[in-house]
Amino acid sequence: MKEPVLANRAKAGTGQGSGAGDLSAAAATDILLAATGIAKSFSGVPALIDGRIELRRGSVHALCGGNGAGKSTFLGALMGLHKPDAGTIVRNGRVVRYSSPAEALADGIAIITQELSPVLDMTVAENIFLGREPRRGGWFVDRRRMIAESAALFARLHFDIDPRAQMRSLSVAQIQTIEIAKAIGRQSQILIMDEPTSAIGEREAEILFDAIRALQVHNVGIIYVSHRLTDIFSIADTYTVLRDGSFVETGKVADIDRQRLIQLIVGRSLGDRQPRPDRVRGNVILAAEGYTRAGVFEDISIEIGSGEIVGLYGLMGAGRSEFANALYGNAPKDAGELRIDGRLIKIRSPADALRHGMALVTEDRKETGLVLPASVAENITIAALGRFSRGSFINGRLEAAAVNAQIKRFGIRTPSREFLVCNLSGGNQQKVVFARCVETQPRILICDEPTRGIDEGTKYEIYAFLHAFAAAGNAVLLISSEIVEILANADRLVVLRRGRIAGTVAGATATQETLVHLAS
Amino acid sequence: MSDSSAKTAVRSTGIVSRQALARFASRNGIVIAFFIIAAILAVANEHFLSVVNLLNVGRQVSINGILAIGMTFVILTGGIDLSIGSTLAITGMVSASLVIGDSPYSPTVAVLAGIVTGIAFGAVNGVLIARFAVPAFVATLGMLSMARGATLLYSGGRPIPSLSEDFTWLGQGFVLGIPFPIIVFAVALVIAWVTLRFTVFGRWVYAVGGNAKSAKTSGIPTRTVIFSAYVIMGGLAGLAGPVLTARTSAALPQAGLGYELDAIAAVVIGGTSLAGGVGSLGFTLVGALIIGIISNGLDLMGVSSYYQQIIKGAIIIVAVLIDRSRNQNP
Repeated sequence: MKEPVLANRAKAGTGQGSGAGDLSAAAATDILLAATGIAKSFSGVPALIDGRIELRRGSVHALCGGNGAGKSTFLGALMGLHKPDAGTIVRNGRVVRYSSPAEALADGIAIITQELSPVLDMTVAENIFLGREPRRGGWFVDRRRMIAESAALFARLHFDIDPRAQMRSLSVAQIQTIEIAKAIGRQSQILIMDEPTSAIGEREAEILFDAIRALQVHNVGIIYVSHRLTDIFSIADTYTVLRDGSFVETGKVADIDRQRLIQLIVGRSLGDRQPRPDRVRGNVILAAEGYTRAGVFEDISIEIGSGEIVGLYGLMGAGRSEFANALYGNAPKDAGELRIDGRLIKIRSPADALRHGMALVTEDRKETGLVLPASVAENITIAALGRFSRGSFINGRLEAAAVNAQIKRFGIRTPSREFLVCNLSGGNQQKVVFARCVETQPRILICDEPTRGIDEGTKYEIYAFLHAFAAAGNAVLLISSEIVEILANADRLVVLRRGRIAGTVAGATATQETLVHLAS
Repeated sequence: MSDSSAKTAVRSTGIVSRQALARFASRNGIVIAFFIIAAILAVANEHFLSVVNLLNVGRQVSINGILAIGMTFVILTGGIDLSIGSTLAITGMVSASLVIGDSPYSPTVAVLAGIVTGIAFGAVNGVLIARFAVPAFVATLGMLSMARGATLLYSGGRPIPSLSEDFTWLGQGFVLGIPFPIIVFAVALVIAWVTLRFTVFGRWVYAVGGNAKSAKTSGIPTRTVIFSAYVIMGGLAGLAGPVLTARTSAALPQAGLGYELDAIAAVVIGGTSLAGGVGSLGFTLVGALIIGIISNGLDLMGVSSYYQQIIKGAIIIVAVLIDRSRNQNP
């Protein structure tokens, strides 16, 4: 087993597993990958303490865990993206230490993520052979062979896709099956799939599952990472649970039920919920009814009263951000009525929303929140310039005073008002986004993942701000995929699953288990 | 202990002052480059610094400068306008046709007609780009061809000569010893500078170019802002057209060929980012001046115009290269 990749390449044509003459080693070679005691810290903060997994041929192994459980770090260590501080990885009976994903790929480990972006304007076959095109005469691409080999590959995997089709004409699930075929075409024995169903619908997911089952027949081992427990119970045969960076349990999916798995993922450490001042919910400020965009979110109705923080929880792809943006006039909707203070309001653009006292902290501050090449001051006042201008001229003194007040209020650490916002830390950038929203004097604040990627200290400052803002008689819609955050801050919780409301829970009685159960 | 800390203090102040110097140089590098080039030209040719020559340079820079003002708006929004050379030609033609011989129209009417024509062409660009999301490069490339064709059609391919003296004064006259085109340019520059720097609209232009999605989230009418930038560009081309026509005493169907490139060059040499959102009119002025003094200086030294084109192109590339390396190591 010196050259596992080559050995497998010879066998790939027959689609058979380990050689028949090697009976004594059969049990051992059944294990494609075994990792034990993998640890990894980033600048002193441990992200993974004890990562373990044992992947067998033809198995779909679910890797489960909440946010911050260390799954991504673990996968990164397996595929050579991070160099582990401790632990061993054994691949086909051989201790390995990959220094790059390319090395892992050469050793038969492929990863498929949402970020993998195919070349949409090429054909399926061209994408399959991207970077290793068969040639004729050293210069010319052998198109016929490329198409023939792609077709043979699809036939072997029972994928029903035309290799000559344009990539752009395919659905997301089909594109993912192409990625799978690509990996198999490279003789990969191990496939890591990170949240493969987060962007696709239920029927689409079936296409993907069929593809995965086809791989099992070919003795490929699959590490399947998903927050969707439903997926795990329909496709995986084994599971491993990580929590807080450590291995918790592994076993057969057949031996466990949903409730038990949720308990393993969440753990029993629910004692860290802080007491929260009781707020009196006043009149309904915002009432959205029947918000629908076909295929994205359906029939969502939400009410937020004055003084209330309503949490909107759901997995990636559940339609949370899309709904929030539709509410704000930033994205289209097919149906839905909005009332503010009982009056029917039509919102067609963010400008309309701002005029009616709504403000939105978008999901991605760099992509949609900030004007990065502009200064702190310009970013803070950009949505409310009308308040600082006479005619069409900006009153510099008024503006500077307002900016200074915001910098002080949010404790934004910046050398000056004129400092470019792109040079601030993530937490300070997020505070600038909040300051910009506050400058518009909103009564309704929609926060989409407001603490993503920022440090703990800033997180608590933001929570404190949200509570103070609500306590002043305003309404907050808090969208988050962090259960702990949403439990600690929301008075009422609405859970979305695949674009629909799966349930509404009072903040005081909600638990991690109920949220996970409703969402997945 | 105290000795070593004193030493580091001294060293750090040394570094600080060097850093401050470097920062000043990198922010105002283009201004320094302008003075260096001017000094070289002054040494190389004694006529360069004469009043007559400098006024001549000013007159030449004015046309490109007026166009570069509009181009700064367009590029700040993240766009480009390739059609302005042709727009300038048609607007010059339209205004000239109103002041042939003893026409009853005043030069003011002729200039206004030019500006309105320019605005109309700019508005078509703006609608295509802002409303129908046609890439700016493509929309204005098409307009470059169409506006030139319209010019040839309007004029029958012939120049319009013998314009009224009142009109040619716009390009050849003086006010208080200063050529009138320079005054037009200066007024346009001041208005545009104030707009970009002190008005809400100016702020919106930067925001749309800096991040259109954030700008939209902040309630900025991004399409209107982009549309306005092309309208401003068209209007300024429609101002430059009559002024150039007045200077040359005739409207020529081939006027303004390649002028879009000089305007873009002035903006780019001035350090405005082609990605949008970053830049300033002051530096565009310097960019236009650099292009102006170089072609003038090379003319004075008798360098062939073929070489001049090569030198001008090289300067544009060097300016952007310097800008790149500066942005990579802040």
